[in-house]
Amino acid sequence: MPRSRANRTRITLLVAAMLAVVVWAASAGTAGIPTSLALRIIVSRIPVVGRALAAWLESWPRLWSGHGPGPMPIDQSVLESAEIIVLEVRLPRIVLGLLVGAGLAATGASFQGLFRNPLADPYIIGASSGAALGASIGILSAGRVGLAALSLSSPSSYIPIFAFIGAVITVLFVYALSTVDGHMPTDTFLLAGVVVGSFVWALVSFLMVTAGEDLPKVVMWLMGSLSAKSWAHVRMTAPYVLAGTAVLTALGRDFNLAACGEESARYMGLDVERFKKVVIALGSLITAAAVSSSGLIGFVGLVVPHIARMMIGPDHRSLIPVSALGGAVFMVAADTLSRVIIPPREVPVGVITAMAGAPFFFYLLRLRKRG
Amino acid sequence: MRVEVRDVRFGYGASGPEVLHGVSLAAESGTLHGVIGPNGSGKSTLLRVIGGVAGPSSGSVSLGGQDIGGLSPRQAAQVVAAVGAAEAVIFPFTVEETVLMGRSPHLHFLASETALDVAKAREAMERTGVAHLAERRITSLSSGERQRVLIARALAQEPRVLLLDEPTAHLDVNFQVEIMELAQALAHESGITTVAVLHDLNLAGRYCDRITMLSSGQVAACGAPGEVLTEEHLLDVYGVRAIVGRRPELDRPAVFVISGSPRHGARHGAQHGAPHGAPHGAPHSGGPGGPSEGGVPSGIDSIEGDREAGSGEDPGACSGLHRRRQG
Repeated sequence: MPRSRANRTRITLLVAAMLAVVVWAASAGTAGIPTSLALRIIVSRIPVVGRALAAWLESWPRLWSGHGPGPMPIDQSVLESAEIIVLEVRLPRIVLGLLVGAGLAATGASFQGLFRNPLADPYIIGASSGAALGASIGILSAGRVGLAALSLSSPSSYIPIFAFIGAVITVLFVYALSTVDGHMPTDTFLLAGVVVGSFVWALVSFLMVTAGEDLPKVVMWLMGSLSAKSWAHVRMTAPYVLAGTAVLTALGRDFNLAACGEESARYMGLDVERFKKVVIALGSLITAAAVSSSGLIGFVGLVVPHIARMMIGPDHRSLIPVSALGGAVFMVAADTLSRVIIPPREVPVGVITAMAGAPFFFYLLRLRKRG
Repeated sequence: MRVEVRDVRFGYGASGPEVLHGVSLAAESGTLHGVIGPNGSGKSTLLRVIGGVAGPSSGSVSLGGQDIGGLSPRQAAQVVAAVGAAEAVIFPFTVEETVLMGRSPHLHFLASETALDVAKAREAMERTGVAHLAERRITSLSSGERQRVLIARALAQEPRVLLLDEPTAHLDVNFQVEIMELAQALAHESGITTVAVLHDLNLAGRYCDRITMLSSGQVAACGAPGEVLTEEHLLDVYGVRAIVGRRPELDRPAVFVISGSPRHGARHGAQHGAPHGAPHGAPHSGGPGGPSEGGVPSGIDSIEGDREAGSGEDPGACSGLHRRRQG
């Protein structure tokens, strides 16, 4: 393939960008931690080679700080608190951001290919509204009933479960609604997703009216945020995103066929109905996992696949993994911006992604019109 | 590879109306077989049934003696390829990428294309004259170029049977001829049995070896072009008065439509499967009356005689023809 060499360079650059963003995100913030230190702390946790790498990095600062030989003098207590901030506060948030961004963008690229619709995104089939309903129910019932069993754990640990269940049930409902004789017309499915979505959103609005003092919590959840996330959230999200994205990538060639149209794909040997089921199942699980841990973060799943397509072309075998990489970079960058833009307050990351994503998408549309 | 359709019935959905009411068709190996008929007569559906995309409710389709219903989509795609009535192209794949997709039915899960696949794709592109467009985006091509790219993609599947659904639709006359000549060459030279749904009766008459004429989901006529494209059939099935002539040097029928029939109900009646005898006042352009109707270029003779000559060696799948004549 003639594109492959240029694409390899672009993918390498993207991986480098991801590493840079991670280090930036680990050092930026109200508790200022030097970039070199953040890098060293992260690197030291890489299995096997970590210690050696960290020691090697430790010899770096004297190259530019003008210190004499030996490591830069850092107070032991400063070092310890920096380690806690980086490893227990920022890193889980960063890793979750990588996962959520990657999952949403990979799902968006997959749905755009499957539905042959450049406006498709992970939320189009009802997963978002379902998750919102689940989360609202979780937040409100915690406030009202104080669910005996659940009150033992903090809300942040069980609300994702509510959201996940809500998302999965809603997508299943949309699927059942649009399937006739084991056949699921794509247009019907999209329409059913939109209709069920509006219905479920109405339920969410109804709940919000009755929410009372819990309303800000619901609103904050709906806006989407990666703040105050722990390694538990990462563990909950990672399997779905990693396995799901891997399988979607493996199906890349089938996506290319499906992107040519269902009938053409079928004539080229793709079992289209089965393929649709598999992709919708994977996409919904990834979306549900991402949304349930971080709320509704928009535009990542819509815009990143378009940028990826402009970068490396429409071949889904590279488009899906590159979208995932791009989504990860975009999400962590947006999240870090959301922390540093008006310190010490945090802007919900969904606001940043929409503020950055919407104008860019508009620009893409204009570009397409002209081209 | 011989394509044989036996008494196929098909309806969309369990409760939907039946579209094909017992259609039979036989396309011999290495021939170009045309399927014609008015809109809604079931031509495209018949093609989908032959390709195994639509499963008939009764009857059977066999490709080279093998029942298509017993094949997985992947196995079927190794035998039969199709170029549909142009689906919108949304993603800017290059021509080469598009044609390479035709290799999919021969590739295993996760396998990527080898040099051999690339060579076969290139061969297919050269066959349809699009090799020079390899790096172009398919979204930037003209309809004629795109059609040839899609045929190249179908050829990359190395099919024994090729299905073309209105391959000349929306094309200028030069591209129409080009595509039809390509289809004919693929059938005769490469031995790919080609079944093409066509709207243009003259193209069908000019290039096809055999033609099946459908009318409301039934076979109205089948056989050599001269037997199928007759004034009588055009009036019965399409409800138009026409003069059918013949260019002697080609020995092919040529159709001149004179006017829509005054008993325009013929076509409508036919679509509901009702026999149409009632208002039989139409001038039936009696026999070899072609030239007397005026406006017909000289050099066109009637081919009424040919029908007798050719009807002997017809593969006996034309039950509909006889049924219609009795009615």
